[in-house]
Amino acid sequence: MTESAQITESRTVPPARPYPFSTADRLVVDPTYAELRENEPLTRVKLPYGEEAWLATRYEDVRTVLGDARFGRAPAVQRDEPRLTPRQQYSGMLTMDPPDHSRLRRLVAKAFTARRVEALRPRAQEIADGLVDEMLRLGPPVDLVEHFATPLPIQVICELLGVPYADRDRFHTWSEAIVSTTSLPLQTIQEYLNNLWGYIGELVAERRREPQIDDLLGALVRARDENEDRLSETELVELAAGLLAAGHETTVTQIPNFVYVLLQHPEQLTRLRADPSLVPAAVEELLRYVPLGVGSSFARYAKEDVEVGGVLVRAGEPVLGSLSSANRDGTVFADPDRLDLGREQNPHMGFGHGVHHCVGAQLARMELQVAVTTLTTRLPGLRLAVPEPELEWKRGMLVRGLLGMPVAW
Amino acid sequence: MSAAWRVGVDPRRCIGTGICAGTAPEHFQLVGGLSTPLADVVEPADPVIDAADSCPVEAITVRDAADDRLIAPEG
Repeated sequence: MTESAQITESRTVPPARPYPFSTADRLVVDPTYAELRENEPLTRVKLPYGEEAWLATRYEDVRTVLGDARFGRAPAVQRDEPRLTPRQQYSGMLTMDPPDHSRLRRLVAKAFTARRVEALRPRAQEIADGLVDEMLRLGPPVDLVEHFATPLPIQVICELLGVPYADRDRFHTWSEAIVSTTSLPLQTIQEYLNNLWGYIGELVAERRREPQIDDLLGALVRARDENEDRLSETELVELAAGLLAAGHETTVTQIPNFVYVLLQHPEQLTRLRADPSLVPAAVEELLRYVPLGVGSSFARYAKEDVEVGGVLVRAGEPVLGSLSSANRDGTVFADPDRLDLGREQNPHMGFGHGVHHCVGAQLARMELQVAVTTLTTRLPGLRLAVPEPELEWKRGMLVRGLLGMPVAW
Repeated sequence: MSAAWRVGVDPRRCIGTGICAGTAPEHFQLVGGLSTPLADVVEPADPVIDAADSCPVEAITVRDAADDRLIAPEG
């Protein structure tokens, strides 16, 4: 480095740490995050794929990176973006900034408002009750993943979108392509994505032949056909495929994660069973407490020089924000590593923050509330049917979760 | 198109997602974790409508400042 370059370089860029810091161990948050929040709130990391990035670990800094309009996702498509997956995503809402992003987001957001979602609650409850009826008929041990956690969210998103539930085995397999890191070969990922897009394309064609079909897919097709500037055909198909897939690997994974955490905290579970009115607060606390992702993804690119965590981030540099770390920040959450189902101040970032805040958040909340209520009230003796160390956890996926969860009651 | 809009955020509904502040940074900011309009009466601008239509709890309302007609969110 020349002397003049040293003068203009008003910051030190430390060597990058390999990231994630460790292989995901059940639902344990790596202690490195706490050390970094304390000593090095913006750190340099290298993910398995793509360029080096900054990683923000403090709550306020993560809010800035995700929420401040000086950061954006659109530049990612021009770059070798830092990522956990071999495949880079070049299209869709998560690679767009306002106002382009807003055009798509508002079309979809309408279907997922708290008001619309509340209208779906009785149906979700009916599905949950039917699944528990079947578990009781089968008798213990039953795999909670297969017989409750998977079918509940999938049936709800199928009915909302207008995708035949009878096809679930096919699209469930293909959906894994969206969250796979190393669990599938790259060629298989592309093949599954093509299958998924082709499948959705057929459903779109059906909505055009029968425009009276009243479901979210039909509404998106009408939005496209009324004004082609609002939504391109590719956007329409990718959007619908994304919504279908998101309904698979998130809530499906979180239901067993939540049950697992509750069973590990019997005093909290007893408290919840004694007072079911705690369920909404309990779901928020579990969303805060469970580190769903194995690591941060979807770096935001600085559009101008911005100071974050005491470091000057240069225009064009990518910054990741760790949601799991922000959710354990003791300056925001008292006793952050303690599960407290009655926690009152809980502005967690389990659904992210800013323009890309999970579009399905209200639906996920409702489903998780229905799941927790139903399981705790109808199966009061719910427990693991195998010793905890025998549980098998997902590997090579963006999310942490159980492959199976044998339970008795 | 009307000459001015009145923008409101219901603090009892707002859950602080930050979607509006990111969508329309010239019109909304988060104060103490909750959305607050930077001005109550604004010139018509698309990002304000985008923000109201994107709010998951429908906490944002945009009305015609002259006759109080609801402009967003869409029903």
